Amino acid sequence: MSIVTVQLGQCGNQVGQELFDIICSDAVEGQRKTYSTCSCERFFRQSSHGELTARAVLIDMEPKVISHSMTKAAKSGRWRYGEHSHFSQKQGSGNNWANGFCVHGPRHRDVVEELVRQEVECCDRLAGFMPIMSVAGGTGSGVGTYVTQCLRDIYPTSFILNHLTWPYGTGEVIVQNYNSVLTLAHLYQLSDAIVVHENDTVHRICSQLLNIKHISFSDINRVIAHQLGSVLQPALSADSHRVYSRNPVGELVSSLVCHPEYKLLGVCTIPNMPSSSIAYSTFSWPGLLKHLRQMLISNSKMEEGIDWQVRPPSGSGWPRNPTGGGSFNTSLANLLILRGKDVYSAETGGFEDPALYTSWLLPEQALTMWKSPVSFNKYEKSATLVSNSQALLRPLDDMVGKAWNMFASRAYMHQYIKFGISEEDFLDSFTSLEQVISSYSQLC
Amino acid sequence: MTQSVVVQVGQCGNQIGCRFWDLALREHAHVNKKGLYDEALGSFFRNVDSRNRDGGACGVGGRIQHLKARAVLVDMEEGVVNEILQGPLRDVFDSAQLLTDVSGSGNNWAVGHLTYGSAYRDQIVDKLRKAAEHCDCLQCFFLIHSMGGGTGSGLGTRVLGLLEEEFPEVCRIVTSIYPSAEDDVITSPYNSVLAMRELTEHADCVLPVENQSMVDIVNKIKLMSHGAKLGSMIRRDSTVISGQGGLSGPEKPFDAMNNIMANLLLNITSSARFEGSLNMDLNEIAMNLVPFPRLHYLVPSLTPLYTLADVSVPTRRLDQMFSDAFSKDHQLIRADPKHSLYLACALMVRGNVQVSDLRRNIERLRPSLPFVSWNQEGWKTGLCSVPPVGHTHSLLALANNTCVKPTFMELRERFTKLYRKKAHLHHYLHVEGMEQSFFSEAITSLSSLIEEYHQLDSTKARLIPDAPRLSIAR
Ligand SMILES: Nc1nc2c(ncn2[C@@H]2O[C@H](COP(=O)(O)OP(=O)(O)O)[C@@H](O)[C@H]2O)c(=O)[nH]1
Ligand SMILES: Nc1nc2c(ncn2[C@@H]2O[C@H](COP(=O)(O)OP(=O)(O)O)[C@@H](O)[C@H]2O)c(=O)[nH]1
Ligand SMILES: [Mg+2]
Repeated sequence: MSIVTVQLGQCGNQVGQELFDIICSDAVEGQRKTYSTCSCERFFRQSSHGELTARAVLIDMEPKVISHSMTKAAKSGRWRYGEHSHFSQKQGSGNNWANGFCVHGPRHRDVVEELVRQEVECCDRLAGFMPIMSVAGGTGSGVGTYVTQCLRDIYPTSFILNHLTWPYGTGEVIVQNYNSVLTLAHLYQLSDAIVVHENDTVHRICSQLLNIKHISFSDINRVIAHQLGSVLQPALSADSHRVYSRNPVGELVSSLVCHPEYKLLGVCTIPNMPSSSIAYSTFSWPGLLKHLRQMLISNSKMEEGIDWQVRPPSGSGWPRNPTGGGSFNTSLANLLILRGKDVYSAETGGFEDPALYTSWLLPEQALTMWKSPVSFNKYEKSATLVSNSQALLRPLDDMVGKAWNMFASRAYMHQYIKFGISEEDFLDSFTSLEQVISSYSQLC
Repeated sequence: MTQSVVVQVGQCGNQIGCRFWDLALREHAHVNKKGLYDEALGSFFRNVDSRNRDGGACGVGGRIQHLKARAVLVDMEEGVVNEILQGPLRDVFDSAQLLTDVSGSGNNWAVGHLTYGSAYRDQIVDKLRKAAEHCDCLQCFFLIHSMGGGTGSGLGTRVLGLLEEEFPEVCRIVTSIYPSAEDDVITSPYNSVLAMRELTEHADCVLPVENQSMVDIVNKIKLMSHGAKLGSMIRRDSTVISGQGGLSGPEKPFDAMNNIMANLLLNITSSARFEGSLNMDLNEIAMNLVPFPRLHYLVPSLTPLYTLADVSVPTRRLDQMFSDAFSKDHQLIRADPKHSLYLACALMVRGNVQVSDLRRNIERLRPSLPFVSWNQEGWKTGLCSVPPVGHTHSLLALANNTCVKPTFMELRERFTKLYRKKAHLHHYLHVEGMEQSFFSEAITSLSSLIEEYHQLDSTKARLIPDAPRLSIAR
């Protein structure tokens, strides 16, 4: 089955390009025919000459980024974007969600839908859609939300998994919290699951784990692509009888999003290291999984600076954190993906502990496991956790809080009203996100 | 890529405009070694084949034939425009882009706004439309004018209204030259206040520049370049200091000042003209910096002015550039942003500067800069990879800051002094269509603008608690 990716705006088109690049180079490496065939079917169309074309539609309101991404792909020599699978205009959305959602989106609806339809027709079977975008700008956030809505209308039964990049806390777009709130509130009604990467977190991985001095967006995007790729590449699930699962998007959604109030998913992987060091390092499954588990429960998003004091609450009424460390991160559901050598010997009991989860789900319902003996992206062993937990509560709460403060003074409202978004629309979005915040904070 | 059109009105507008075109050409010549007409050039210039009689444009990618500025030049006397037509820039404009009269506006806003505004309305609209038709995606109009005279102030603000009427979706950024207290135009307070109301109501952004600060900056630069030790450190070919190496002939009195303003325009448009790793579209300026529609006065500061940039960029100097952008003596109006309140701030950087340099400096400077409670992280940044000629890097800061208030209050005071005695009023009231209500409404508009800044200022000392969040019924 195949996934149709829709890349939107600057961020979406840059992250998407890195994702296809990593998936392609991982798939074609070594002698692993079924893995590679399955991966290619998911992400690429193959011409009669064997050339790989990404199953992607590229959308932006200005031309530069798309042309840059297409050139980069073609230069790889391994894969490319479809010659006609892109649409751009001359002038961006100016950091204004309303401009993207109310003006650009509707204006170009037909063209975009047609491009998507053509891509869908090339799939033997469609697993679902993956729109990739940032939430802070104007095109990815506004047009991206609009396009997601169109997809939902036209393909009511298909899975839609949105990948979102959350902005740095400060720096690039002053109205970023407004744009983020509008995007998230709308997507919550449309999307089956929302996978989030925070730029601040990924930036820290680049500097502290990968030792990159001058960090560029390209460095950041490679980390995001690595994490996403390790989720989406072929793997075997418990009941798949040694056949690669057919629909990763559907299975991910059904195992992680069991309730429509909870669909924010965070991702972490282990290990992360400079590529020059990978060849000289060995890892043990117990070591990796012990770290990954602690990262989950202490909500540290990388393996450095983990708070080892945080423990799951014990049922017998003990205080939650006897040593006064950080607070415990409760999960609703987790998807653990292991790839590489000796994967069947890995002991995963630590993730089955009922104390990790809410009381209203049994651990066997809350934990899903995918495994693949094929190692991913040059790491001999690697583990990835996609979790529906409280991990994104803090950043979401910050985002909504800052936007709300600004809204209280009605600052910048006229810029949105100009394009047809009213104060009530804002209020609706705030209300629905406060609902999400409240739901996640009451998870225990 | 998008295009912009510069509309220069009156003596001051045209003189500054021409410095801009001169320096912009020089900058592109410096970067564009192949002589090909590219998207970057296309944002402010057309490429016209002279053999083609109707001035047919050549597409992007071909050789540079004749570059024509995307500009409309308006003046109600002939002197300045004629001088341009006899000077080295004459080929950059053709007669269809020009509009002149012979008798001037007599430093009277009403004559410019009403008399000429009505007489030339159709011709102006026609020229604006022509300029717009040459663009395949027109993003922005830049209006350059002075506040104190008659043509730039009166007719210039009339043109602003026409732009809004005719091209409501195209962004309007206005560079306005404010008169100094000792300005030789006696009626400049009237003209400025009358023009202010138009700016407040019809512009998307206004970049106020005060002639007095220009004079101060120019004097400091002179002092440094003549001082024995420091003089040797200033780069002679830097575009900030002089037009040397440009197309113009000998320097005139306003030249040094106008260079600074031309540089302001070069920097604000650089990210539209060149590549960069963090592009800042022109329509992002208002979106990020203007929280309330009337409060769109953005105080510019430009660095390095008399600091210097050598070939290599030691970190300390780069950081100095960021510090300077917030100091009092780098502001293009007399104002002290650090001791007032920021509503929002943009840093537009050119040259060899990385995202990490930006982050480091924002973190470093943030604690010393007061931001309004609801926009504590009100920073917008842009990186353009091409530095100005003669520098390795430069920074333009645009601050939406309550420090504009004293300038506006001073203007109001000067206005009131004249108005109380009804001095010179009859010159205005003689003009057909002009009524006393124009004066009273203009001063009311200015006063309420001042009051809005004042209200924001008064939140500065108070600790503003976060707005109580919506509560969710379970
Ligand atoms: N991770 C990542 N973030 C990006 C990239 N480009 C832009 N961003 C982020 O995206 C936001 C700006 O949105 P952008 O995608 O540029 O705007 P759009 O083109 O209007 O959708 C900011 O939060 C940036 O930090 C990228 O390549 N990678
Ligand atoms: N900075 C600068 N100010 C100017 C220039 N020419 C005139 N001014 C100022 O502009 C005001 C007079 O307006 P001016 O442009 O001459 O009148 P107009 O032709 O009727 O618009 C006064 O405050 C002058 O100091 C110039 O070239 N540069
Ligand atoms: Mg963009």
